[in-house]
Amino acid sequence: MCRFDNYVADYDINKRSLMEIAISIITGLMIVGALYAIHAKDLLSAVIACGIVGYGLVICFLLLKAPDLAIVQIVVETITLIIMVAVVLDSSRDEPYTRPDTQGYISIATSILILVVLFYFFKISIESLDAFGAGSLRMAGPYIEGAAEKTGSANLVTGVVFDFRGYDTLGEATVLVTAVLGVLTILRIKGKK
Amino acid sequence: MTVIVKKTTQLIAGMVFLYAIYIIIHGHLTPGGGFAGGVVLAGSFILLILAFGSDFVNLTREESGSTMYENLAILVVVLLSVSGLLMGVRVFFLNWLPKGNVGELVSAGILPLYNIFVGIEVASSILTIFLALVIFKEELSE
Amino acid sequence: MIVYLLCFILFLVGLYGLITRRNLVKIAISLSVMEFSTFLLLALVGYVDGGVAPIVDPANPVQKYVDPLPQAMVLTAIVIGLATTAMLMAIIIRLYRKYGTFDIREIKSLKG
Repeated sequence: MCRFDNYVADYDINKRSLMEIAISIITGLMIVGALYAIHAKDLLSAVIACGIVGYGLVICFLLLKAPDLAIVQIVVETITLIIMVAVVLDSSRDEPYTRPDTQGYISIATSILILVVLFYFFKISIESLDAFGAGSLRMAGPYIEGAAEKTGSANLVTGVVFDFRGYDTLGEATVLVTAVLGVLTILRIKGKK
Repeated sequence: MTVIVKKTTQLIAGMVFLYAIYIIIHGHLTPGGGFAGGVVLAGSFILLILAFGSDFVNLTREESGSTMYENLAILVVVLLSVSGLLMGVRVFFLNWLPKGNVGELVSAGILPLYNIFVGIEVASSILTIFLALVIFKEELSE
Repeated sequence: MIVYLLCFILFLVGLYGLITRRNLVKIAISLSVMEFSTFLLLALVGYVDGGVAPIVDPANPVQKYVDPLPQAMVLTAIVIGLATTAMLMAIIIRLYRKYGTFDIREIKSLKG
């Protein structure tokens, strides 16, 4: 029995490092895409490079065994790209690359200072996180066992979203309605009648 | 838009609509649910409007229709969750319909009703946002 | 640990773009990138080694599932992110119609 325990532990650790390598590669590609989107000279290229980050996130969700999130992220990213391209195509597409003047240099220096400080504090705080994939969240057990009988649904994420956490869903639907009200108010043409 | 785009949209838009309804209704059995299905449902309408332009569709009447559906759907969601106060344990958001067997289509109490109405609400919201943008751009180019 | 570090570097790239860029569309893109890094971090925290996707099949029961609670939180957050980005784009297109430019310094000095 002990030999089989060692074998299973090794198999898990190998799979965990393989999963880490795969997610790290895709996150690296997302970082490169985001850096290009910020420095692009053409606005349409910047918007399409924002799509790289979104669709790379879909692959990460599929690797992390979350199919619900992958479906929602892929359709939401497509709608976001449609809205952004509709805004950009109707106006001037180029961003004139001017050398940064005094105020530009001050803002770059301030941003690098803030980034270094935040990175140092984050490095301290991830020492106290558990290893990737250890699965030691406290409420995971009470939510999973008996959830299929308590809510009656086979999809545990839907059961959690609509039954155990119904208030969050109500709040989210309210935020969507409020955003639509805001868009209708902003885009109203005055003096129609 | 060219003839190829219009013909392909005529053939495909109905299937996308049906696929969105499938995702919404099977939300408690397979991955998906109200939010994913609602956005795909909005996508099928956006596909038709983008392919055929505003000559075939009266955009302002479409927008008033979609705002009405959105507000009615969120009202029904709130009424469903308040109805838990009238049954049994008197708790907000109570799952009071019979739960059935896990894995069948008619099961999980009130969850499929939630999925359907949240799906209608999300679809109408996104369609309203898109129509507001299109109407704004058209009225300013006149 | 290196996965968490890369996820935070993505957040810092978005923050750098938000502070230093002058074009309104690029500010909106940087905000969107910051939101994506948050979703990735939440999904990473809930992963369990050797777990399967959280769908219960009554025929063959499984021992280990991936945690469904962070996935429920990210599901809510994705739709709210879409609403925020759409509203930001509506404001941007209105500003462009009024001032004729996307540059925030020129808008600040015009003062309609």
